[in-house]
Amino acid sequence: MLAPVAVVMGLLVFYPLVRGIMLSFTDADRFTIGNKYIPSAYHYIGIKNYKDILSSSDFRRVAEFSLIWTFVNVFFHFTLGLILAVTLNRQIRFRGVYRMLLMVPWAVPSFISAFAWRFIYNNPYGFLDQLLLKLGWQDPPAFLGDPTWAKFAVIMTNVWLGVPFMMVALLGGLQAIDNDLLDAASVDGATTWRRFWDVTMPGLRPVAATVILLGLIWTFNMFNVIFLITGGGPANATQIFPTFAYRAAFTDYLYGQAAAWGVIILSMLLVFGTSYRWLIARSGEETWS
Amino acid sequence: MTSHDEAVPGQISGALVRGVGLTGARRRPGRTRKWWVSLLLHGFLIGAAVIAVFPVFWILISSFKDQQEIISSPVLNVWPDDWQISNYTHVLTDDNHIFVTWLWNSLVVAFLTTVIGVFLAATAAYSFSRYRFPGYRPALTAFLITQMFPAAILLVPVYNIILHLGLLNQKAGLVLAYCTTAVPFCVWMLKGYFDTIPISLEEAGQIDGLTPFGTFWRIVVPLSLPGLAVTFFYSFITAWNEVAFANILLVSDKSYTLPVGLQTYVFQFAADWEKMTAAAVIVTLPAVLVFLVAQRYLVSGLTRGGVKG
Repeated sequence: MLAPVAVVMGLLVFYPLVRGIMLSFTDADRFTIGNKYIPSAYHYIGIKNYKDILSSSDFRRVAEFSLIWTFVNVFFHFTLGLILAVTLNRQIRFRGVYRMLLMVPWAVPSFISAFAWRFIYNNPYGFLDQLLLKLGWQDPPAFLGDPTWAKFAVIMTNVWLGVPFMMVALLGGLQAIDNDLLDAASVDGATTWRRFWDVTMPGLRPVAATVILLGLIWTFNMFNVIFLITGGGPANATQIFPTFAYRAAFTDYLYGQAAAWGVIILSMLLVFGTSYRWLIARSGEETWS
Repeated sequence: MTSHDEAVPGQISGALVRGVGLTGARRRPGRTRKWWVSLLLHGFLIGAAVIAVFPVFWILISSFKDQQEIISSPVLNVWPDDWQISNYTHVLTDDNHIFVTWLWNSLVVAFLTTVIGVFLAATAAYSFSRYRFPGYRPALTAFLITQMFPAAILLVPVYNIILHLGLLNQKAGLVLAYCTTAVPFCVWMLKGYFDTIPISLEEAGQIDGLTPFGTFWRIVVPLSLPGLAVTFFYSFITAWNEVAFANILLVSDKSYTLPVGLQTYVFQFAADWEKMTAAAVIVTLPAVLVFLVAQRYLVSGLTRGGVKG
């Protein structure tokens, strides 16, 4: 029974990972990478790729937008998801219908959503520009042509895309909260607001911690939205780490450098993931024991 | 409006009824909510639902407009001047039915990824759930870490491996690439699921003479069907939606999957939005239907694995 583990681990996880790390120390490019018929011809160049990346202005810029992208997105995913979940958790007519409609952004394949939004942002005949024009904005912005508006546009699309998952997961969390606790709080005279903060929110904590971690990682790694809507442009304004690494590899054909980007991205995620879990575990002990 | 006019099963209705009342009063079945609170709630939900559905609605509506109306209409026209299906016939028949080829490629790749990936993941997850072996901890941590892998770190090495295997532009190469991302995630989810199955059932099976694989296949798998369904669905969606690997591994238009093929409709300088909208509708409608059926299990599966980890 251990054979599958060995195969899966070895071939699918470790081998590519090790190969990626090794490539990151080479000058592999489109001429030296080799294939089945041509042997590879790249050389070991030490940590030059890492030095180049970390000292470049690209790195700073990409890191900056990656952070904004990740935190703004997850903030809105969680806040809007929570508000919708709390609303849907009340007894309300057509609850099932609302829930289903609100889940549509999650149900649509993400590459289709990206195209749909690109269609809406299209300048000047896209829906959004036409709408703004009708509302009296004489010269509506080219959402994908202006660096600042493009950032706004990709974030808005991704917020739209990510809310339903949070909503549904948090709704599940809300329904799992023991009603006796809420009843007991009411009997003790807690206001609705107190019950929400002191009973509901702590009860949601395990689910919230998990979905926020998942959300941060997924958003950080999100490739489709930016790649398909702006391609990282205009002028690299909307590049985040995954799209920029992709560009290094498959536009500039600098495979060694792209591999180094990959290793850097992974290290950042590792540091982040470990500290997050540690923080959660620690604050959990304080709350519950 | 009375608050008990929607029939909900007992357990859940308790949660709903007592939910988080904005009015401060404890909700009891039969008690009415102030009319303006209802109005506010419904107004909010309708607004949110409109935003959620609009892009899909807009694509659907636009797919029935002709090219001129889509790209040059200077005023906001929601309804098509003249409903027509020529966009659909163009998409389905143009260039020697290339769209159908892409659809087929996508289906085959997603199906193979799912079958191979779930099989590998299930057996591996079972080992993790039931056996303690040297390197157990590090191996498990490694799987957790791979969940954080951006495609970015695997893009170059996997591309490199596939070049050297001579699998460029072939479905097998793409399936291999997708397994590297889908399998670790599925292992993690399924391990959480297998952990909840009492081991005594398997011990009973062993006493009755089942081999280790027999116990797995005849006892664990049937009991884990909901969990397996989730991973099945998850791998399928992952492969169906994937853009980055497909973009680099597929180089001729006959071998494209849908996410790559559809990009050819909207090249920067020659956007065929009318074709894009029709193609998008064809791809989306079945996906949405399947999703709405499967999502219940997906959510509980995702959070269950995660919470237990």
